[in-house]
Parts: sequence; C-alpha cells; structure tokens
Amino acid sequence: MTASTFEQVRSVASDIFGVPAGKITAESSPETIENWDSMQHLNLVLAIEEKFGMQLAPEDIEQMKSVGAIVALVEKLQSAAR
Amino acid sequence: MSNPTLGEHHPANLRAEVDSLIARGAFDLASRRLAELWRRDPASGTASFVTSRLDELQNKTRHKLALTKFKVAILRSFTVEPIVPLLRAEAFACGIDLEVHVGDFNTYVQDLLDGQSSLYHFAPNAAVLAVRTDQAAPELWRDFADLASEAAQKTAERVVRGYEQWIGAFRKYSQAALIIHSLERPSTPSLGILDSQTETGQSGLIWQINLELRRIAARFHGVYTLDYDALVARHGSEHWHDERKWLTARLPIAAGYLLQMAHEWMRFIVPLSGRTAKVLVVDLDNTLWGGVIGEDGMAGIKIGPEYPGAAYQALHRALLDLSRKGILLAVCSKNNLDDAMEALEKHPGMLVRAKNFAAMRINWTDKAQNLRAIAGELNVGIDSLAFLDDNPSEREQVRAALPEVTVIDLPKNPLEYAAAVRNCAAFERLALSDEDQQRTEMYAVQKQRAGAEQTFQSKEDFFRFLKQEAELEPVSDLTLARVAQLTQKTNQFNLTTRRYTETQIADMAKKPDWHIFLIKVRDRFGDHGLVGVAITHDVGEQCEVDTFLLSCRVVGRTVETALLAHLAESAAQRGRKRLEGWFLPTKKNAPARDFYEQQGFELQATSCEGSLWALDLKSSTLHCPDWIKLKVATETTVGGKN
Repeated sequence: MTASTFEQVRSVASDIFGVPAGKITAESSPETIENWDSMQHLNLVLAIEEKFGMQLAPEDIEQMKSVGAIVALVEKLQSAAR
Repeated sequence: MSNPTLGEHHPANLRAEVDSLIARGAFDLASRRLAELWRRDPASGTASFVTSRLDELQNKTRHKLALTKFKVAILRSFTVEPIVPLLRAEAFACGIDLEVHVGDFNTYVQDLLDGQSSLYHFAPNAAVLAVRTDQAAPELWRDFADLASEAAQKTAERVVRGYEQWIGAFRKYSQAALIIHSLERPSTPSLGILDSQTETGQSGLIWQINLELRRIAARFHGVYTLDYDALVARHGSEHWHDERKWLTARLPIAAGYLLQMAHEWMRFIVPLSGRTAKVLVVDLDNTLWGGVIGEDGMAGIKIGPEYPGAAYQALHRALLDLSRKGILLAVCSKNNLDDAMEALEKHPGMLVRAKNFAAMRINWTDKAQNLRAIAGELNVGIDSLAFLDDNPSEREQVRAALPEVTVIDLPKNPLEYAAAVRNCAAFERLALSDEDQQRTEMYAVQKQRAGAEQTFQSKEDFFRFLKQEAELEPVSDLTLARVAQLTQKTNQFNLTTRRYTETQIADMAKKPDWHIFLIKVRDRFGDHGLVGVAITHDVGEQCEVDTFLLSCRVVGRTVETALLAHLAESAAQRGRKRLEGWFLPTKKNAPARDFYEQQGFELQATSCEGSLWALDLKSSTLHCPDWIKLKVATETTVGGKN
C-alpha cells in the first residue's frame, strides 16, 4: 500500500462521507463510518473510478469493505493495467 | 492543516481554507474559495464537499449568499442520485442555489398525471423528464426484431401520444419549464446496417419519435427537448455507457461522464434562472489570434483557414454565432490601439471584425477597470459580462476584482477554444426574439465610437483616429425632406429648435439672402449620412444663424465646429461683418447651451427667450479642425435656384 494511493482514497472518502481525512484509517469501514450506507457506497465507487480512471466490476465492488481494501484493489488494478 | 508545499490553489489547501474561513465567519470569501475549488477539481468527491459546505454556509450560518434560487425536479427511469451533488456544485459555481427533487424510480407517469403528486408539491421552477428508451419504448428498444413493421409504427405513435398526454398534464398543473430527454437510438440496432436502409427501422422510428417530441414541445410554452443522442455522441457512446453499472445499480452513465450529464442540464437551468451573460468580452493576442500583434505584426499573427490559424477562425465562428443569438461582443486588450485596429480591420484571415464589437477597450489599463467601463458603456450589469482571455493571471485578476463576471477558463490548446465558448451555459438561450438578433448591429456601430474614445490620452488623438470626413452641401430637392425632418425631430443639439416643413425649407432655399447648409459625416466606423443642418439669413452687415442643429450621434466630435466655421467663412465671402445667433433654451437642448461661447462668440443680449451671441468675422479665428477632412459642394437645385 503506497502512501499516495492511500492519501487519494482517503481524500475521496473524506469528501464523500463528510469525515475529516485525519480520522480515516486503512481500517475505516461501514461499521466505523456512520455515513457509509449503500447510496454513499455507490458514490464512493464512482468517485474512485473517476479519480483513478477505471471501471470497477461488481466483483471488485464487493471487495471494497474497508479503506485499506479499496487501496489494495486500486493498486492491483493499476498494476494489472500496466 | 494547510500544506505549503502544495501551493495555495491546491484543492487540499482550498478545502482547509474554506473550513477555516467558515469558522472565522468570512462567509463570502469562503463561498468564493468554494467556487474556486470546484473549478479546479470538478469531481464527485469535490461535489460532496462543495454541497456540504454550501449547506453549512446557508443553513447553519443563515448567511445570505448572492445566489439565485432555483428548484429543479428530476423525473427519471434511471439512477440520478450520484449526479445531484455534481449538478448542485456546478449550479453553485454559476451563481445558482439549486434545490433538487428526485422523483421515485420509474414513477414519472403518476408524478406527471397526478396533480397532488410530490412533483407538484415541490413546486419546481423546472422539471427534467429523464427517461431512457428502454423504459419509454421497450418494444422498440429490446424486442424490435419481433415486431411487424405496422406494429412498430403503431408503437412509435403510442409513445408519442403518451408524451403528449404527460406534457399536457404537466402544463395543467404547473407553470414550470419542462425539459424532455429525447430518446436514445441504439448504437447497435438489431438488424445491423440494414436498419439504416429504411425510414421505419429501429433507429428510424426512434428518430421519428424524437422529431414528434420537438413538434409537441414547440406547441407548449416552456417545454424543451434535450438532445440526448447528441450529448452521448459528443462524448462517445463507448465511453459514456457503463453496462455493468446499469445492470447492478441502474446507472447507465460511466463515472467520468456524470459531470457531463449535470453540465447538459445546466445548459437549460442557467438560461431558465436568468443567470446568462449578455456580453462576451474578449482579449486579442493569443485569444482572437495566435501571437502578439505588437511584436509579430500583421504578417506574423496566426489567423486564417490553415492550421494553426484555423483554430482561431473556429473561435471567430463561435463568436459570430453568439452575436446571432443577441449576445454582444466586446474587446478588452492590452495593446497599442493602432496595431490592434489594423489587425481587426485589415487582416485577411479575420472573420470577426471591428464592426462586430459593441465596445472596445484597447489600452494598458487593468482589465477589471476596463470591464466596468464596458458594462457602463453598454448599460448592462457587471454580472451580465463574460470574459475570455488566454492569460490565467488576467482571469484571476478579474475573478478577484469582479466575482460576478462569468470568467471562461480557456484550455491551453487553441483548437479547444471554440468548444469552450460554445459549451458555456451562460450563452445558452431557450428562445430568440427579433430584437436579440438585431441587438449586436444596433450597438456595434454606435457604441464602438464611444469605446474608442476611452483608449486615447487626449481628445485630439481620438479625433485624429476617427478619420472623420465631412461633406458640406446646399439643400437640394433630394434632401429637402430629410432637412425638414431634422428640424422637426432634433431636440438636443439644436440652438433655436425652429421646426420647418418641407415647403418652408423649399421657400427659404429660393430666397437669395437665405442659405441652407447640410453636413454629411463619415468616419472609420461607418457612414452617418446627413446629420446636421444650418440655416442663415443675411440682414445688412449681419449674417444671422436661424437654425443650427446636429444629430446627437456626432455631437462632441467637432463636426459642429466645422459646420459653424463654414457658416462664418461663407458669410465673410458674401461681405458680411458679423455672424450672429440666438440660443433659445428648451427642456432638451442643454447640450447646445455653451456652444457659441466655446466657439469664441460674444454675448450680445439676453431676453426671456434666450441669449444672442455674435462673432466678429474680421478678427475671428474660427476654423475647421485639421482632423476633419472637409469637402464643400456648391451646386444646388431647389426649384431651379443655383
């Protein structure tokens, strides 16, 4: 997990969930963030797709259960695309 | 929280700044920084941030931001929720506080037909009917191959009748605008290329439905169609669609294009809310042409039909299209006036010319000040101006000084300039009046003169620049009517306001001691035609000015001095010693009050009617200003008198 991908995901999550970036960690998940409901999850997915220029498959989206998992997924897809 | 290594305009720092400004109570500045953040980083995450801070500014602080309120309802057959924050953020950046109501999934028919529905309770200013073809005409979209051609035609007719009925119901219950998405045609029709060989194929029938929708919309006031196919085509169907999101989340549009959907809606919302620009003020160097005229010269600047000049010609065409919509064009450029005017008037590649501009400020003054002056000259508010300039620091200066101006962020590549202008929602119009189409012409000729005036250090410089040519001639049969009309209609620069009929003028012209002079004026901006009349009457040693008037179009440009000097000269030639004239004040002729005094006349007498002035023709220094090229014609033909 690189610092820059984490920073970018964290900043998107901070905007979408309305939580200060400093309070978001790799472990943050729907259980720890109040606003992380299904509609906000879709918004998060779209914001991640837009930010990293990728389209996520339903299987990918199912894995996005924490900020750390999202970072890992983004990095996996980025290296696969290279 | 702010990170100095990122620079003050970095989105992360702007977010921190917005929050600290809100905490400090600097709400207006917070609002401006928020708009700047959106311009720099218009993405989904930013939209959430912008809308949450906007809500905070308006609800928690109860602060009144200078925003236009507007309510839009979206009736839909697909997921639009993720577009809403983008739409609200985009609206905010356009000066609109947008409240959005989203109808339930696929309940648009009930919503429209039921006068008690949540749609009508919301009381929107506009409603968007965003229905996909697969919902509006499922047989045509999915099962087209199974339909006999007659059944397909009937289906299309049924779809049209449905829309007609919904629109009728909407008009019954609401005065709001209605924006209807036209139906998308399949990018891969069921019969392949065979489909486009017939009028009534899958694609052809949907096309016909769309044409009918336009016809129906045109019958109703305030009903418009949004050309969805054209929108998708602009961005590319393959990119626009995301089949997986459609199947899993009923969202057919790919993440990167949701903003474009919002932007397309804004093209309707901006003109509906009245936040339009009436004037586009353009820079010259590297905006209207490539290069710098002062350095590269006429031969060096890039503007013409070939690359790279073609990029600028494309922008010129976009500007001319704006003029046709009644949007005025103006110039604001830091340049030497003569260089710039030479390029605007003489460069063969130029499609937009000096005459297309209603106002010009070509000088070295700062642009914000010039924009204020342009707004004043054209008699529009500062918020009616849009500003086009390739230089980011000029744009920032204008934004900072005049936040109400619509500043267009030109892309770096000149090939994208035209599209940046064409896609600016502030120039969208939903209807055109005849007046809109004529407005530019009306302003262009007249206002340019006033505009040019501001760019000179001295009045004399300006007069020289004008290149005025005046033609003096006696009245003739051809001009009798116009002369009489001028005496009847001219109120402001009219020293005696004596009204004459055509017959009276003709009678005077026949008398040897009466002389009638007409003045025609042309300058570098165009021909003014016959603009002034003077009538003199010789009495003994005096020559009395009976009438002296000038159309206000040319007053103040020393044409009046040229005319008066000619009267003096002509009287002296006839052996008169003095030129005399009354100033008879009226409610409207104050502009002429000091005229005789300014021209070196002496006050002779005052009465309750006015004041009498005289000029000694021997000692007079009155002469035609050297910047006016004067031509005097002597032959005349009124009733045979020469």
